[in-house]
Amino acid sequence: MQKILVCLKRVVDYNVRVRVKPDGTGVVTDGVKMSVNPFDEIALEEALRIKERGAASEVIVMSIGSAEAQQQLRTGLAMGADRAILVETDEVVEPLSAARAMLATIEREQPGVVILGKQAIDDDNSQTGQMLAALWGRPQATFASEVVLDGETATVTREVDAGLETIAVDLPAVITVDLRMNEPRYVKLPDIMKAKRKPLETVSFSDLNVENEHHLTTTHFAPPAQREKGVMVEDVGALIQALKDKGLV
Amino acid sequence: MGRILVIAEHDGASLNASTAKCMACATAIDNEGIDVAVLSADGAAICDQAAALSGVAKVLKVDHEIFASQLAATLAPQIVELASDYSHILGPSTTFGKDLMPRVAALLGVAQISDIMEVKSAYSFQRPIYAGNAIVTVDASPERKLVATVRTASYKAVSSDGSGTIEAVEAGASFPTHTRLVEIKASSGDRPDLQTAAKVISGGRALASEENFSLIYSLADKIGAGVGASRAAVDAGYVPNDMQVGQTGKIIAPDLYVAIGISGAIQHLTGIKDAGTIVAINKDPEAPIFEVADIGLVGDLFEIVPELEKQLG
Repeated sequence: MQKILVCLKRVVDYNVRVRVKPDGTGVVTDGVKMSVNPFDEIALEEALRIKERGAASEVIVMSIGSAEAQQQLRTGLAMGADRAILVETDEVVEPLSAARAMLATIEREQPGVVILGKQAIDDDNSQTGQMLAALWGRPQATFASEVVLDGETATVTREVDAGLETIAVDLPAVITVDLRMNEPRYVKLPDIMKAKRKPLETVSFSDLNVENEHHLTTTHFAPPAQREKGVMVEDVGALIQALKDKGLV
Repeated sequence: MGRILVIAEHDGASLNASTAKCMACATAIDNEGIDVAVLSADGAAICDQAAALSGVAKVLKVDHEIFASQLAATLAPQIVELASDYSHILGPSTTFGKDLMPRVAALLGVAQISDIMEVKSAYSFQRPIYAGNAIVTVDASPERKLVATVRTASYKAVSSDGSGTIEAVEAGASFPTHTRLVEIKASSGDRPDLQTAAKVISGGRALASEENFSLIYSLADKIGAGVGASRAAVDAGYVPNDMQVGQTGKIIAPDLYVAIGISGAIQHLTGIKDAGTIVAINKDPEAPIFEVADIGLVGDLFEIVPELEKQLG
């Protein structure tokens, strides 16, 4: 039976209001709560449900990043993943290099399905899954809200601008998930204890024979332009007048 | 400096408005000519529209029956075949472009810059991260091809008074068969398209039910507006997913945006910050939506919205 590989990124928690450092060199991350990228958490939940239905033998979580990303992998193990792999680096990892590290892991593990979030909420790139599928020469089913596995193929419903699109892909394939696929489970305390005993392997880019290439340089961070404070109106009549003054109705 | 290739988005019959916005971004980059690639089953009509976009030098008409389904798996290898003459390859930051362009970049072995909102130079761009809480300047190397997506809300469509030439190109890639389109269910009806509408009215969780959303539809139809929704309203099942406005939904820039019963989470605000005028109607005077609204009205939407519709009549 097939293995499922799920990729988890450590990111600033969804509820943190991110602020740019005054000197423009980055965003403030000191003392800020870090979490599993919410889309990746949904990806893991889907993998666990597939395994619980008996359609997968093992769920492996992997992450790429600093040693602290072990925390997010432990969260994944507590949710129910069987083992974890950390590709450890303190350098910036661009999506193309992340995809190459994932591909090297795929070549070792031979999963039938790779599931990850449709984007990470830090860089908002939405690239890694698609790049992985391209490098692997396999199908991609992005922005998925429903996955039905049927032997050698998966039928995936995708959330696209026009509505919903359904595609059929041969396995193995890469699936990136959207928000409405499922609601991830809460981790219970006994599961956190159990997760400490599950295997977590650490490898480096060089162990995988992958070079962490950098093609892009981020030179400056700035806060977004603020909109000017508007006016409050008292009633519907005043609202319509204000809109008429602007020529909008 | 080199040539720029813009990948056209279309529905098989006509060009999507996102392509004219990508053209606006492309013209802001120093170039030796901008071409548009139309990959479709029968591209004659679409190519005519693309050739009319201001600034287009040449339209590459690549007809093949396999492009009747616009799948990244089959489009990407063909774009790679076309790529050799170009320094930049641009697509829109719509679900079409977000799906396709990273596959192109990876096949070319190069990085992608997502969601360009401003061009600083041919190899330096601004883009939003952290749901728009930070704007970064990203530099790419002139030594490599650059693949990028364009944040369409940041650009006004170029005009349609151009006169590009149309050149037929033989489809020459080897196409995988591992990905097949089953169906597309379009949920939007006769209302203006959310991403191009001049006016948009959105409802939030406070609408409290699918039925109550009829208030929003009715008001929108009165003023010819498109209809959007917050993530909370979509997650609650009041409206379909393609109406979601925000970080993970649609990023829009209408002249008028009316947010009704939407508190204004940062993830929603990032989707509307380029709107001309933002109107907020909410019963909570402390709601964050009022911090970005040009015109705010505090009160019960179930009284205000019918009254608004009546007085507009």
